[in-house]
Amino acid sequence: MTTEAMAPPSTKSQVLRSFDVTDFPALNGLEEEWRFTPLKRLRELVTATGGTGKQVGVDYANLPAGVTARQVDAASVENVLTPFDRISALAYGAATDVTLIEVAEDAVPDAPALVRVTGQGTDAASYARTFVKVGRFANAVLVIEQLGSATLADNLEVTVADGAQLTLVTIANWADDAVQAQHVKLRVGRDAKVTHVQVALGGDLVRQFTSVEYAGRGGDAELYGLYFADAGQHFEHRQLVDHGVPDCRSYVGYRGALQGRSAHTVWVGDVHIRAAATGTETYEINRNLLLTDGARADSVPNLEIETGEVAGAGHASATGRFDDEQLFYLMARGIPEGEARKLVVRGFFAELINKIPVEELRERLGDAIEARLVKAGS
Amino acid sequence: MSTLEIHDLQVSVKLPDGQLKPILAGVDLTVKAGETHAIMGPNGSGKSTLAYSIAGHPKYEITGGTVTLDGDDVLAMTVDERARAGLFLAMQYPVEVPGVSVANFLRTAKTAIDGEAPKLRTWAGELRGAMEKLHMDPAFAQRNVNEGFSGGEKKRHEIMQLELLKPKVAILDETDSGLDIDALRVVSEGVNRVRETGDTGLLLITHYTRILRYIKPDFVHVFVAGKIVRQGGPELAEQLETSGYAEFVEKAGATA
Repeated sequence: MTTEAMAPPSTKSQVLRSFDVTDFPALNGLEEEWRFTPLKRLRELVTATGGTGKQVGVDYANLPAGVTARQVDAASVENVLTPFDRISALAYGAATDVTLIEVAEDAVPDAPALVRVTGQGTDAASYARTFVKVGRFANAVLVIEQLGSATLADNLEVTVADGAQLTLVTIANWADDAVQAQHVKLRVGRDAKVTHVQVALGGDLVRQFTSVEYAGRGGDAELYGLYFADAGQHFEHRQLVDHGVPDCRSYVGYRGALQGRSAHTVWVGDVHIRAAATGTETYEINRNLLLTDGARADSVPNLEIETGEVAGAGHASATGRFDDEQLFYLMARGIPEGEARKLVVRGFFAELINKIPVEELRERLGDAIEARLVKAGS
Repeated sequence: MSTLEIHDLQVSVKLPDGQLKPILAGVDLTVKAGETHAIMGPNGSGKSTLAYSIAGHPKYEITGGTVTLDGDDVLAMTVDERARAGLFLAMQYPVEVPGVSVANFLRTAKTAIDGEAPKLRTWAGELRGAMEKLHMDPAFAQRNVNEGFSGGEKKRHEIMQLELLKPKVAILDETDSGLDIDALRVVSEGVNRVRETGDTGLLLITHYTRILRYIKPDFVHVFVAGKIVRQGGPELAEQLETSGYAEFVEKAGATA
């Protein structure tokens, strides 16, 4: 009996894959992958089968030397992501062009590359594809910020060639009425490293599925996530790290804060270590901080291991309330309650924010988090 | 000259089921700036309850009596107002605050207590000096508050705050517990420096007499079953050293 045959049939890496949206059955919300998602709020993204959609603005002026960006015909781009659910297939088929961002081989840009995506309204759905190609031995920082109003299905595909390093920061900073279903696919080359910091702050519903595969030994993927859900917001983050190559490493660390009625976050982290992936080292952890009553955090770590020869594999999840003892300690030193809460929440996120190698952005995110606390009157 | 006056203080702890369990049964105590008081008693006598209820911990409910600092009603103040009024509690189990550096925490606290940010030019030196005096490595300032600190580091960090924040009255809750002899000496030297300024009233809460070899109290109070059962000078501590609390516990039991 082969190892393949012994694997359980429900394994996440064996789901239906297709570029054609009509190959996927209609969604009813009972599917394991969709059971946490309020489908109605995804509007026409649930039922649409195509159409050109409404354009989103993409701004990439002032890129540093070594980084270029342009719009190219969808057919001219290789496929890194083979869609594995209805909405990613929809985005694939409906996006007519692709924003191609390239970092030249050996390039070490002296500044981060900033790309801004702006939604143009929610009256019709938008579809977008972005392809990021990092050349051999390059080392770059790319920040993609998403703003404005949109009903958006988008795919972001990234290849990091052998020996290259990419720090990718994505920020969902949408207006209150925006809805996004996004797929991020990272392909990590031999001895390459990708550090992804995924930030979700704005939007009515943001659902981001990040998957990772390794093209060669020595690949390293660090996935960090930071989200802060206010009353009514739904943020959902899923990862599938597919270890199919020996001697690669992954770390998944997501942290969220929630406040207000019906604030809802979902984290589902899947790591699959295949039989061939000996020497794998992986750890995944999700932590949630419930700041008020009425908020809900779902957290599901999954680890599937088909070989005994791993360097390390672990997972953890912890969701808790605000620690009153921390508050007491800080207030007993004269610090007023509001300021003490800010310190604690900023501290909770500090480790993740510090992964962002752009000071201006670190400060802006820290301030945005504090502003949320003030808004809630806590 | 500041004075903390505790009069007939009665305190209950709030149990998880909402019930109140009486702990302090009428405490009278006056601490003046420059004085050092030791409160000594067996485990479970309510010493820590006294410390935490004065600081305003929400777990405790005041059921009677008064606490004033220079005439101001401490019990009407929030926790942070009490600290800004000049009260300080060195905690037995200081709390970890992940992601907040010691340097950031101390500057924030100093700003809150003084009502203005410390001057950049002098603050760095003041902080470094305070750490040196307590034999702490300068790298300590960049660590997260109490995270991964050893028992001795936590207590030295508490005493460093005492020295930097310069309160009118400081309560030290079992600062000696869990310290080896070297750490106890370093911590005691810090407390004695504060004492020698004459500006701060000190209330040392302890189970053991060991710390009183390094910090000489002006007054010793024996605390049993939620109240002070005997008061005296340093000689009372020596008596406790040799004969323990048994005599006082028996008496408290006989009158209860």
